[in-house]
Amino acid sequence: MELVFSLAIGLLTATGLYLLLKEQTFSVILGLTLLSYGVNLLLFASGRLAVNAPPLVLGGIERHSDPLPQALVLTAIVIGFGMTAYLIALALRAKGESGSDHVDAGADKE
Amino acid sequence: MTHLVILPILLPLAAAVACTLMRSSIQAQRRVSLSAALAMIPVAFLLLERASHGGIDVYALGGWRAPFGIVLVLDRLAALMAALCILLALPALFYAAGGIDAEGRHFHALFQLQVAGLNGAFLTGDLFNLFVFFEVLLLASYGLLSHGNGLSRARAGLTYVVLNLAGSALFLIALGLLYGTLGTLNMADMAEALTRLPAADQALVRTAGAFLVAVFALKAALLPLSFWLPHVYGAACAPVAALFAIMTKVGIYAVLRVSAVTFSAAPFTADLLQPWLMPFAIATIAVGTLGALAARRLGVVVANFIVVSTGTLLAAIAVSSTDAVAAALYYLVHSTLVSAGFFLLADRIAAARGASSDHFASGPPLTNAMALGAGYLTLAIAICGAPPLSGFIGKAMILQSVQGAALAPAAWAAILLSSLLPALVLARTASVFFWEPRPPRAGMLLQLGWPTAAIVLLAAASPLLSVFAAPVAAYARAAAEQLHSPRSYYGAVLGADAEIQRERRP
Repeated sequence: MELVFSLAIGLLTATGLYLLLKEQTFSVILGLTLLSYGVNLLLFASGRLAVNAPPLVLGGIERHSDPLPQALVLTAIVIGFGMTAYLIALALRAKGESGSDHVDAGADKE
Repeated sequence: MTHLVILPILLPLAAAVACTLMRSSIQAQRRVSLSAALAMIPVAFLLLERASHGGIDVYALGGWRAPFGIVLVLDRLAALMAALCILLALPALFYAAGGIDAEGRHFHALFQLQVAGLNGAFLTGDLFNLFVFFEVLLLASYGLLSHGNGLSRARAGLTYVVLNLAGSALFLIALGLLYGTLGTLNMADMAEALTRLPAADQALVRTAGAFLVAVFALKAALLPLSFWLPHVYGAACAPVAALFAIMTKVGIYAVLRVSAVTFSAAPFTADLLQPWLMPFAIATIAVGTLGALAARRLGVVVANFIVVSTGTLLAAIAVSSTDAVAAALYYLVHSTLVSAGFFLLADRIAAARGASSDHFASGPPLTNAMALGAGYLTLAIAICGAPPLSGFIGKAMILQSVQGAALAPAAWAAILLSSLLPALVLARTASVFFWEPRPPRAGMLLQLGWPTAAIVLLAAASPLLSVFAAPVAAYARAAAEQLHSPRSYYGAVLGADAEIQRERRP
């Protein structure tokens, strides 16, 4: 499972970085979303991967998984979601004003 | 346990909520926001007074003690930074109350949220909590940056948001690696965990530490990561740019705090900053100075001065002796207040020049040229670091403390040239603005009022910092000493019984 997990993180991060460096705002936003998926998985894995281990102390259960990374990941997801929503709104406004989706559109007009 | 420590976060948060509820009336928002900022002033002095005795106050949120809960820690450095933020917010709000706050919606709510985020970042003792407060202040800053309209603001906002989102991703990667290896994110507890880290994990922790420093360098605008700043700060409206003056200082504070409290604990992380911080800082000074020379607007010139001040501060922090850190803290207070004042003054001059704005082209003659000129002269002397104002004292302290360090001659040259060349830029600007008016057409009449009061307050900061240089420098020195003896910090945060029962992880 570790191998699959780490491959998924690596793939998401690499794709995210590639898209982040493109010149269309839309690709950049997609790239940031993928990057944040990869990062969230990494954060989740920092508590070690465990199957069938609840993060709660319940009677009769010996193995527990670390609850803290799950809380951290929740925070990170919420923040990342809000940021992406704002970024899309901002990109739409910039596109509406300059008429182009290029990241540098209108930069020479300053 | 005193509740004073959490007031600098709760008060602006409450004001932000109140401002959001009163969305229809800008007058009511102004009243709430200004009274919150005024009420914060005594809090700032209480914080400073409490910290000046040398004790460290730890506030465990929800009563959960460290390392299991999140703590706020008030020591001399945190108190200084929070007080600086509070003292900066009031004049910026005064200025905004002159009418800029009505140009878009929710200005006051966002402004107060940013103040809450800034104070939280200064006070927290937990690395993940630092991330959350970074996000709070960044989210508010995204909104503030696009306050008012215009393509340049939307574009600058887009660059800024994308860059900071990438920075946040890097921050989270660092946090994940650190939690995975150390098992804690409390800064004091991380220091303890570093000392008993198995050799196999050391490289991973070093990598995570380097990521962390890179994120802080992005916030502070250290050279390879500094090119966003002039663009963004130059596009923001004046009171927002003034508040942003302290945002780069959050990065510098974080570098200082994490390196002194956490990374200093183990030899394999203690030298993380050493080999490269100084050359990058010197290069930052050079690039900022060149940027100021090349700028075509006064607002962009001031934004480049912020880059220069980052370089100067990090050059001192790279030396990391107590003297150097003390000098850096004094200079940090000075440069924040003075560059904020300069942003506001540039906006006043732009308003007085009408269509020519703050571009370097001859425009209509300035009314109130004497008052504007006096403010300009004061702030220009302060920001260049010419005697007798506080910039000179700060730079002299830094030069003295850099002596004998590696690369000292280059640092001296950079810091001295970064005084001389900006002086040329500012003199040229002044001759265009004040002495080369295009004669016809009367200039617009400037109204006195809130904005003028804001500029007077910030312009008075530099003479006051010179007059009271001795007590401020003594406080900065004590703060640096406290920072460099982290034993008391660990003791205050983790309690006397150092051995905490932990569960071993697989």
